[in-house]
Amino acid sequence: MAEIKEDEEDARPPRISRDSSNKEKNSGRCVYINEGDRYPDLYCNNRVSNTKYNLWNFLPKNLWEQFGRFMNKYFLLIAILQLWPLITPVNPASTWGPLLLIFSVSACKEAWDDYNRYKLDKQANERMVWVVKKGVKTRIQAQDIHVGDIVWLREKDEVPCDMILLGSSDPQGVCYIETSTIDGETDLKTRVVPSPCIGLNSELLHKIKGIIECGYPDRDIRRFDANLRLFPPFIDTDYFPITVNNTLLQSCFIRNTEWACGVAVYTGNETKLGMSRGLPSPKLTAVDAMIDKLTGAIFVFQVVVVIILGFAGNAWKSTEADKLWYVHYPKAAPWYEFIVIPLRFELLCSIMIPISIKVSLDLAKSMYAKFIDWDLHMYDEKTDTPAVATNTAISEDLGQIEYILTDKTGTLTENLMVFKKCCIKGSCYGDSTRDAVKDPALLRALNENDPEVLKFLTVMAVCNTVVPSRSPNGSISYKAQSQDEEALVSAASHLRVVLLNKAANCVEVSVLGAVLEFDILDVLEFTSDRKKMSVIVRERQTGELKLLTKGADEAIFSSVHNDQQVRRVAEIVDQYSQMGLRTLCLAWRDIREEEYHDWSRKFKEASSSIVDREWKIAEVCVLMERNLELLGATAIEDKLQDGVAETIESLRDAGINFWMLTGDKQLTAAQIALSCNFVLPEPQGQLLYVQGATQSDVGASLERVLRTMQISSTEHKYQDVAFVIDGLALEFALKYYRQLFAELASLCRTAICCRVTPSQKAQLVHLVKSWEFRTLAIGDGGNDVRMIQEAHVGVGISGREGLQAARAADYSLAKFRFLKRLILVHGRYSYNRSAFLSQYSIYKSLVLCFIQIFFSFVSGISGTSLFNSFSLMAYNVLYTSVPVMASVLDKDIDEKTVLQHPQILKYCQAGRLLNPSTFAGWFGRALFHGAVVFLITMHVYVNEKSEMEEVSLVALSGCIWLQAFVVALETSSFTTIQHIAIGGNLVAFYIFNLVASTVKWGGMYTIMFRICSQRAYWLTMLLIVGAGIGPIAALKFFRFFYRPSLINILQYRERRARVTEANATSSSNAASATSSGSTSSSQRAAQDEESSSVYQPLLLSTKDRTKRQ
Amino acid sequence: MEVVSSSESPTSSASTSTAATASLPPSLKSRRPKYSRFTQQELPACKPMLTTGWVISIFMAVGVLFIPLGACALNSSKKVVEIVDQYETVCIPSAGTKEARVQYIQDISTAKACTRQLLVTKNMAKPIYVYYELHNFFQNHRRYVKSRSDQQLLYGNASESSMANCDPQRLIAGKPIVPCGLIAWSLFNDTYSFKLNSVALVINRKGIAWDSDRKDKFGGSVYPSNFPNNYPAATNGSIIGGASLDPNTPLNANEDLIVWMRTAALPVFRKLWGKIERDLYAGDLITVDINNVYNVYSFHGKKKLVLATTSWLGGKNHFLGIAYLVVGGLSIAMAMVFVGIQIKCPRPLGDPSYLSWNKNKGRDLNTSPSATGVHFEVCGTFMFLEVKALCS
Repeated sequence: MAEIKEDEEDARPPRISRDSSNKEKNSGRCVYINEGDRYPDLYCNNRVSNTKYNLWNFLPKNLWEQFGRFMNKYFLLIAILQLWPLITPVNPASTWGPLLLIFSVSACKEAWDDYNRYKLDKQANERMVWVVKKGVKTRIQAQDIHVGDIVWLREKDEVPCDMILLGSSDPQGVCYIETSTIDGETDLKTRVVPSPCIGLNSELLHKIKGIIECGYPDRDIRRFDANLRLFPPFIDTDYFPITVNNTLLQSCFIRNTEWACGVAVYTGNETKLGMSRGLPSPKLTAVDAMIDKLTGAIFVFQVVVVIILGFAGNAWKSTEADKLWYVHYPKAAPWYEFIVIPLRFELLCSIMIPISIKVSLDLAKSMYAKFIDWDLHMYDEKTDTPAVATNTAISEDLGQIEYILTDKTGTLTENLMVFKKCCIKGSCYGDSTRDAVKDPALLRALNENDPEVLKFLTVMAVCNTVVPSRSPNGSISYKAQSQDEEALVSAASHLRVVLLNKAANCVEVSVLGAVLEFDILDVLEFTSDRKKMSVIVRERQTGELKLLTKGADEAIFSSVHNDQQVRRVAEIVDQYSQMGLRTLCLAWRDIREEEYHDWSRKFKEASSSIVDREWKIAEVCVLMERNLELLGATAIEDKLQDGVAETIESLRDAGINFWMLTGDKQLTAAQIALSCNFVLPEPQGQLLYVQGATQSDVGASLERVLRTMQISSTEHKYQDVAFVIDGLALEFALKYYRQLFAELASLCRTAICCRVTPSQKAQLVHLVKSWEFRTLAIGDGGNDVRMIQEAHVGVGISGREGLQAARAADYSLAKFRFLKRLILVHGRYSYNRSAFLSQYSIYKSLVLCFIQIFFSFVSGISGTSLFNSFSLMAYNVLYTSVPVMASVLDKDIDEKTVLQHPQILKYCQAGRLLNPSTFAGWFGRALFHGAVVFLITMHVYVNEKSEMEEVSLVALSGCIWLQAFVVALETSSFTTIQHIAIGGNLVAFYIFNLVASTVKWGGMYTIMFRICSQRAYWLTMLLIVGAGIGPIAALKFFRFFYRPSLINILQYRERRARVTEANATSSSNAASATSSGSTSSSQRAAQDEESSSVYQPLLLSTKDRTKRQ
Repeated sequence: MEVVSSSESPTSSASTSTAATASLPPSLKSRRPKYSRFTQQELPACKPMLTTGWVISIFMAVGVLFIPLGACALNSSKKVVEIVDQYETVCIPSAGTKEARVQYIQDISTAKACTRQLLVTKNMAKPIYVYYELHNFFQNHRRYVKSRSDQQLLYGNASESSMANCDPQRLIAGKPIVPCGLIAWSLFNDTYSFKLNSVALVINRKGIAWDSDRKDKFGGSVYPSNFPNNYPAATNGSIIGGASLDPNTPLNANEDLIVWMRTAALPVFRKLWGKIERDLYAGDLITVDINNVYNVYSFHGKKKLVLATTSWLGGKNHFLGIAYLVVGGLSIAMAMVFVGIQIKCPRPLGDPSYLSWNKNKGRDLNTSPSATGVHFEVCGTFMFLEVKALCS
């Protein structure tokens, strides 16, 4: 994290000097300290509101939003048209009922969500805080804070609004805060009281007066430009510049500081957090987009049908209908007569786009999300964290992921740095079984007071920016911006070199029980250019000056004094990093007093320079960091999470491309990439580095890498190539060589981007998205939030770095390895199920629609509806919705098989189950079934049997029978629920209609009883099923046997394995009963092989890979 | 606290869960999802295993079931005896254009009696149904089919909204027509009288409508009133409708009306006119005196008189039988095709070599198998076309 932050600083242009920015900002707001009540209405109060609606605007606003969607507009239009009795074929209630139901359901859902937001807001608003009112500290609700109020906070308090720190319990004016709720970083950050206010006691702070000029509220949490001026009797300085280091932002927490107080400058929704908050726009899955497209196509088809039938109807009317005296058309027609028939057909065909599709998809989606929440395989025992699907609407996209962009630290790794090994003066400690801390050799050396070891450990304990904090029971815990430093310090403390205390300029270290005190004279901070950090300390007892340094190997080796052998250490460091360990070298040297004085002057000069400060400091540091005495090297392991390598391998087999976006350095990133199976090791795989510090360098490098890649891809030299690019080169590549970079990325299945900033991460996601790939971003920290929100699917790891990422994400998992199951099992099933559900939903309404269209040809193209209102409404709502909903339980192949053959996911990625051509199949099926039902019904129910209501119900029940068989045919696994849903639905259909047939007033009175008693009716049903399902089943079986899809093959193998397994057990039983079994031993062996072969990896490459490991 | 009660907890995590949850402090509620077969999507499922054997037997079974059924249906349909006599052209003066015929039929002053002789060719068992059959008559026209008021038919007076569909046969001089609407107005009014071998043949005209209609749909105390066909002279100039209604007969006693108002779904339909409750024998000659007054001439309609017996499937209709035979036959043919393919190009099912990623790594899914499957490919395509041809 620390590294990333530094990078970001690097990437930015040099800061605009404060003076100029202040002048610009003078036009912002003026805050009078401690006079919150002076202009209570000038700024908003601290009432936080995240709600979308209020009581008054809920209905209009919600309706407006709902009608923003095309489908809803369509449904409303249809419903309105139906109010015109001249054209409506059915009772308008048949559309208005479901429509109102759907609208009220989604309105209720919105209202409920908003109410929950309101409750959370209320909780925050009514929290009690201490605020100075009229010079007296009073306890008021957080929402009553006004700009200018002085707010007092204690340790662990949440900051209620954006404030400028005025005082803290620390005499130096330091205050520690945790900002994880804003940026997800859990390390403690230091905030300082502006210098004019340092040292004010709490009494004075009650009375303090002054003015703060600051800009208008904005959302940039890293920037805060303001001026502070105190009024007499306080030190009447000139304007004192305020930066973000003097602020406490809303929703941070005060840590390690007894109390702090500050003046509120931005309140309520005008805080930095409030400004950046906002509901992320809803994500649309590829399936949704495809359904929209198909719906659009259906709509076009519908319009075409309406136009054709409308014309035909009008033509028929003008030629034929006038002769039908019994129809009695009036001679004078109103002007709108010509649109009446087309509109009738529009209404007749309106069910082509069923309202139910939206409802059943929504229901199914929430079911998928529930399955994810419930999944025990994705529950982490250790942290008691289940997987959570925050976004319930995008499960299908999981099955269509093509690119995964992943963070490294904390996502692939545990983010739990463990000090594994070290090398002190040529001797190595720690091996594969034992950490260095437990190595007896090291402990022995320690007991013998080996000076080299002590030096080494002292550097470990002192040379860092770790803050020790002592809990009441005396134990010391360490808070560090860098996990590595924390690991080093705690390792040292395990070896009895304990960092006890760190005040501003003084460090207390207990070395084997004896307390040593060091004055810290200077800290030469870590920068990514120098790749090392140093501290200059003076030992209190002896007065000796020492430089303690730690840093990357190459940075240290270049500055050790000449007569020292670094080769041995270099070898060891290489060994360490090949094991994927993060290495640091430690060194020190004694400094002579006069040398320090000289240098110190230069250093101060450099530090206070305004131009090129960083560069100047670096130059001065080189003067000091030379002639070092190399002490040794440390190796820290950031353990890979369990199962990361397997997960990545499976997902890569599934055709998913991986990009690793990390703030880490190149070597570590590459190493982790290798150990995670990101890329095959040489010779099969190759890493290509895109480097360069200038535009032209990067360009050349890109071209070179691209050429290598093209050559290797044509020659099949490598199975696997990946490119590695760092943040700076990426910046250039994205800016100037977008085309080249895109080409490169399309050739590479893997990319490793190191030293990238959060915004670059988001940019990369955006880039991959722009190539029309489905992307999934996974990360754990606040720095991943932007990329998570940018990607089609965002997954957060609820890990060590807080819940920031998990909260922003669509799915949160406890461990990376659950991703495999999330994608391969849940994603795939969701996609398959939705693909079926959506196409089936349209199919079933199309069947009915086609029957209506066919019927219109025998009813004088006049737009008569064959079906009555009740049947039309119940068809979608009652008769056909239940069995298809049971398909959310359907599994085409077992989870186990999917996990063994992740390649099968490619079907989903390519959208093979829901695309225009599969849909054309369903469309054709609807046409065929419509024709079958219509023709059979109209040929059986002829002459004296041709009674409208009877024919209508016969056709309807024909549809229902076909639906039952179609669902059954498309279901691969029948659970009890499916049996009940399919069979029960058929029974329910008859019960419904029998009940409806007892209602005197309905058109259906006695009809169902009548037809059920006819033998011809049952024969008709059987015929419809036989004629309707036969060809479809034949085609399906034919495909299954002779043109099997990969899914079919796996299905078959899976099932045969089960059957042979069962046979094997039964036949072995039989064999044991009768000494001579019917199956010969060779046959049985073959069977055994058969049954077990499913569980063997089928992939040659997999075998190779396992061999490799 | 979570208790895993499943006897066969399928996951390793489930089995270790009790220990893990027990170690948690009691105040902390575990967020562990509850185990149930449903939530884990582990409900025992029946996965039918498709084998060629199964498929062949299914198609055979369908064939074996359908063909006898079809034969049976066809046979019974063939046993139905029907005498059909189309009379609309022979019963009017033969010459003349359509206009002349329309004029003839609409002229209420001329008598339109017409005598037809029907020869019974086969013995007919009682009851023998007498139907009239109309062709090209769109009782299912949208304008027509709605033009009625169920409320009025039952209660005699009806609300405005209920009668709204009756237009243009709703009001005469501001008074509602009972029964209103186009359907009632266009009631079929040809009448027949039968003589068997010159002896009057009794036709039972009662019980031809549905009982439920007579009881619950048409009122016993609703009498026709203001009905335009009763005043043919008054419709001077405008179109003449169908039958007149006896203002002293309640609607539920007028079975012809009730039958007529069960609208037909097709433009060709038969409506029951009466029943002959005696057997007829081959060679019997039936003389029918037809009063041919119903206008089908303006739209080239046909009128037929039908005498028919019924079977257990209803009237004479070969469709069901033939369709069953065809579907059954196709089904057996399909089974044969599958057998044929199985013999000609047996294909090992579930062969892992067909998993495309095993054949050639990195190959596109869309490319069809070729390396090992050329033979099957050819066979498959050939058979595929064959099957398609059969299906269509």
